[in-house]
Amino acid sequence: MLTRRIIPCLDVRDGVVVKGIRFRDHVEMGGIVELAQRYRDEGADELVFYDITASPQGRAVDRAWVEKVARVIDIPFCVAGGIRSADEARAVLHAGADKVSINSPALERPDLIDELAAAFGVQCVVVGIDSLRDADGEWRVRQYTGDPTRTRALARRTLDWVDEAQRRGAGEIVLNCMGADGVRQGYDVDQLAAVRAICRVPLVASGGAGALEHFRDVFAQADVDAALAASVFHSGTIPIPELKRYLREQGVAMRI
Amino acid sequence: MTASIVLVDSGGTNIGSVQYALRRLGVEARMSDDAAEIRAATHVILPGVGAAAPGMARLREARLIEVVRGLKQPVLGVCLGMQLLFERSEESDTPCLGLIPGRLRLFPQDTGLRVPHMGWNSLSMRAGSPLLRDIDDGAFAYFVHSYAAPLGDYTLASTDYGGAFSAVVRRDNFYGAQFHPERSAAVGATVLRNFLAL
Repeated sequence: MLTRRIIPCLDVRDGVVVKGIRFRDHVEMGGIVELAQRYRDEGADELVFYDITASPQGRAVDRAWVEKVARVIDIPFCVAGGIRSADEARAVLHAGADKVSINSPALERPDLIDELAAAFGVQCVVVGIDSLRDADGEWRVRQYTGDPTRTRALARRTLDWVDEAQRRGAGEIVLNCMGADGVRQGYDVDQLAAVRAICRVPLVASGGAGALEHFRDVFAQADVDAALAASVFHSGTIPIPELKRYLREQGVAMRI
Repeated sequence: MTASIVLVDSGGTNIGSVQYALRRLGVEARMSDDAAEIRAATHVILPGVGAAAPGMARLREARLIEVVRGLKQPVLGVCLGMQLLFERSEESDTPCLGLIPGRLRLFPQDTGLRVPHMGWNSLSMRAGSPLLRDIDDGAFAYFVHSYAAPLGDYTLASTDYGGAFSAVVRRDNFYGAQFHPERSAAVGATVLRNFLAL
């Protein structure tokens, strides 16, 4: 049986893992390779690394640390951050990443999704979406969320973008619900369920994990394929082995 | 005899990851698209990520199709590399190496199955093989693919995703794993170690 995935997310800045609240005020959490190894040993199913300043600074991901991770890690990992072309994606994939995730550059130029899918296959192409509910009740996409001074609210509806991204060749969607992110009050199950209803590729929930029950709820109610979290894992608030045992007891298929 | 392992450079982006996985086992593998070097290896690995048609095109350009077909030493195809061992793939209706009968089919999407099949899924043992020594029935491996091989007498292990498909295959000296041993933690390392012991 295909199991649901637990994915620690490591936000990388200047070679270290950091975490902030609502994307601001980042605090250092530790070295990239050390944390990656720890999560692998604890039973994480996959890792995501976001070079959070690459896109706002208009540069590509630093492939040196991608290669360091690939040498030691024997579970899949995805790299995100400022990947704007097939050449840049190729460099990251050849350095050992299994998937690349694109967000702001795909919004600038949606053809990038088609180009990456054609060059490497849809299974390598993850589209990350930062989404927030507006005053009119509609979920819309945000861009350049790595830098609060540059973050832009777009007119694009989140559901429209999910639809377009998968038609263009996204092999997986990571939906980061910004309203829930960093405040540990649970995943945005309503929004994730709405996206799930139109999403035919694997869907990863991101933003809001604070307790064991939040993971159970997002799998049970939004039927996502994977749940991503950062601070609850980095801080040790939720140990991954305990989380996976709990979820299995709750009837969620888990690799243990 | 000292093992000399060659990774066939068929353009797959996972070739580096497979090389690192072997290095973690203390084994140095060379990447090569040189016919003589490939023929001289004790073990040959055909990695691969991507689509069948460019994968075959790359082997053709490197004049490696007959070289791979003629190999007598243990050969392990990984993911797309396993798929290329079969006769054909529905993916762009591509003729493949034809070393194992059967054709790769796209997972049915009309049933609500999410495609690609991505994540950790369990292996059901169908036939004993040294390649799967010390791997338990139900062990988890990491998959990511949209096309799958049918079951046959060559199936060593199967996996279920909208029906059973071949997860590990063998025909003569040609072995294949649909999952990624280089990304399947301890289970993957065991498969690679077993392969090198063949």
